[in-house]
Formats: sequence, C-alpha cells, structure tokens
Amino acid sequence: MNVKKLLIEPLRKTNPVTVLVLGICSCLAVTAKLKPALVMGVSVTVVTALSNFIISLLRKGIPNRIRIIVQLLVVSTLVILVDQFLKAFAYDVSKQLSVYVGLIITNCIIMGRLEAFALSHGPGESFLDGLGNGLGYSLILIIVAFFRELLGSGTLLGYQIIPQSWYEAGYQNNGLMILPPMALIVIGIVMWINNSKTESK
Amino acid sequence: MSIFNLFLKSVFVDNMIFAYFLGMCSYLAVSKTVKTSAGLGLAVTFVLVVTVPVNYLINKYLLSSGALAWISPRFATVDLSFLTYILFIAIIAAIVQILEMIIETFTPSLHSALGIFLPLIAVNCAILGCSLFMQERNFSNVGEAAVFGLGSGIGWLLAIVAIAAIREKLRYSKIPKALEGVGISFIITGLMGIAFMAFMGIKL
Repeated sequence: MNVKKLLIEPLRKTNPVTVLVLGICSCLAVTAKLKPALVMGVSVTVVTALSNFIISLLRKGIPNRIRIIVQLLVVSTLVILVDQFLKAFAYDVSKQLSVYVGLIITNCIIMGRLEAFALSHGPGESFLDGLGNGLGYSLILIIVAFFRELLGSGTLLGYQIIPQSWYEAGYQNNGLMILPPMALIVIGIVMWINNSKTESK
Repeated sequence: MSIFNLFLKSVFVDNMIFAYFLGMCSYLAVSKTVKTSAGLGLAVTFVLVVTVPVNYLINKYLLSSGALAWISPRFATVDLSFLTYILFIAIIAAIVQILEMIIETFTPSLHSALGIFLPLIAVNCAILGCSLFMQERNFSNVGEAAVFGLGSGIGWLLAIVAIAAIREKLRYSKIPKALEGVGISFIITGLMGIAFMAFMGIKL
C-alpha cells in the first residue's frame, strides 16, 4: 500500500476539481469567504474518507444493480451526521452554508471515488484515497476563497488584512470578487495555471 | 408573490447555474453539442417539475416540526426534519426510476431522445438543490412549488443550451493550450453569469 502516492497525487496531478472536474457546484458557492470554505472542505473530506471506507467494507455484499442506492444511503447518513454536528457546534457557519451541506450528498467527487476506487480496493487504501481526494478538493476551495476574500473584502477569516492607511489613500475593495460569477473565473484561472505547469514538465 | 413573477424569478434571477452553480458537473460534461444538451435540459426540467411538488408534500406532511399532527395530536411535537436529506434523495431516486419506466412504455421516442441522461439525473445536484431551496423558502402551496421547479428547470435548460452553442463556435477560435476545454468554459460561464446579474436588480 503506497500511502504517500494515495495522499499526495490527488493534491496536484489528479486533483478532483481542476483535473477531473468533479464537485464543482459546492466548490464555487461557498468560496466568497475563507471560513465557510474551510468548514466545507473539512466536511467533504470527512464524508469522502468515511464513505469510501464503509463502502469498501461492504463492497463484496452489495448487489451490483442497487449499488447506487446503497451508496446514496451511506453518504446521506454521513451527511446528516455532519449537518447535525455543524448545527450544534458551528451554527452561524452552517447557516451560511445553507443548502450546500445537504448537497454534499450529490457531490460528484464522493460518488466518483466510490465507483472508481472503493468498489475495487481494500478499506485501508480506500480511506486514504478518500482522504487524499478530500484534501485536494479543500486545497482548491481554500485557494479560491483566499483570493476572493482578500480582494473582495480585504479580510482573511474575518480579520482585516489590507491596512487602513491604504483605504485612506484611496484603495477600494473589489466588490466584483464577492459576486458568484467571479468564482467561476477565478477557478478557470487556477485551472489554467495548473494545466500549464503540469504540461511544461 | 404571483405565480408568474415566481416563474420569471426562478428562470432569470435565481438561475440554477449562474446564481447557485447547481448541476455544474453535467453542465460542463454534456454541453459539447446543442442537441444533447437540449435533451439533458429537458430531462432535468421534467424531473424537477415532478420531484419538487412531491418533496413539498413530504416536507409539509411528514418532515417539518409538528407536521405529523394530522395523524394524531399526540405527534404534534415530533420534528423529523433531520431526516430531510435521506428522504429527499430516496424520493428523487425513486421518482427518476419510475419516470424512466413510464416514459419507456408510453413514449419510446422521448425515451430514446433523453437516452442515458435520465438515470444520471438522480445524482444531479440541481435536483436535490432545488428541493432543498423549496424547503428553505416556505412556499405556501403545492402549485407554487411546482412553478418553482418548472422555472428552475427552464433556467437550467436555457443555461446549458447557451453554453453549448458558444462551445460549438469555440472550436474555431484560438485558445491558449492550457486553457482549452473546461478552463475556457468556466471563464465563459462566469462572463455569462455577470450578464445574468443584470436581472438581479429587478424586484419582482
């Protein structure tokens, strides 16, 4: 079992968001601020790793025809747990994320990893694979949210980063970065940079 | 809010793709030609019109707090809302399956047009997302929920057909190598989203 390969490759080379283009929906909507993006990244990582682990344990007992339903049930149970946990311990963030916590169920990364990996590998490897892919997803989320919050509101995690003297000198926050369409453009640029780097190697 | 306003709002202002990014995965994967994307858009609209009202009824009479009072007053304090996700996704998967069977028996031509898209729709986030938005917005009756589903579906159809048309023409343009394919589609969708934001100022 190659731990390093399973964990590191999904960060750049087979990144689920920029290379495989999975799980885009939630990735864009929660990135206006860094904090919800972090919470979302952690939630998705937990759900991906655990669902990969559980499905991998069950893989020999699941009849092929109904495997999608079984997968959906396992994933939605995990998502309910995450949702209840967030509501109990991080209520404002869970309000900010609103429906997107529920949408983790239909996040294609999870279904994709279950289909492509967990059904054919052992539980330990599947767990690591889920963890790696969740981290790859979180990485992109954090990069996009970092730029959108820094340029859009001049803050990071709610703390002011751009010094007050800049505002007095006439600097203005770029309100466009907060708006939903900019998430698409930022992620397009991230893909561009990522692709041109992997190509030149 | 009148029904017509609700319809317009869900098509243009609260567009599933440009405002909420729901169903992006299939939106990017299937938007290579106008014909197939129109088929998928139609299938999504169809499923939304059926699933949103059904989930509305499920939410009203089964899930929300105190919803079970119609069975007996003793259940008035029961709150099953934590079961929302699991029940909604099960209902959606079941309805998609049933719809597929119905369409296959009664209108084979439509079935062959929608093709493989129908079963895939069960895991399209636009469908689940629309049901969850419906739950969040507290519509007053089942008709409003149905109109919301129809509007969202048509908004999605509009978006995917538009991007497919642009991508068909895009084949003839020179794009930096690393930006080709999905990268440029993202940026175009972003620009289209900015254009759609013009509708946001309209108060309906």
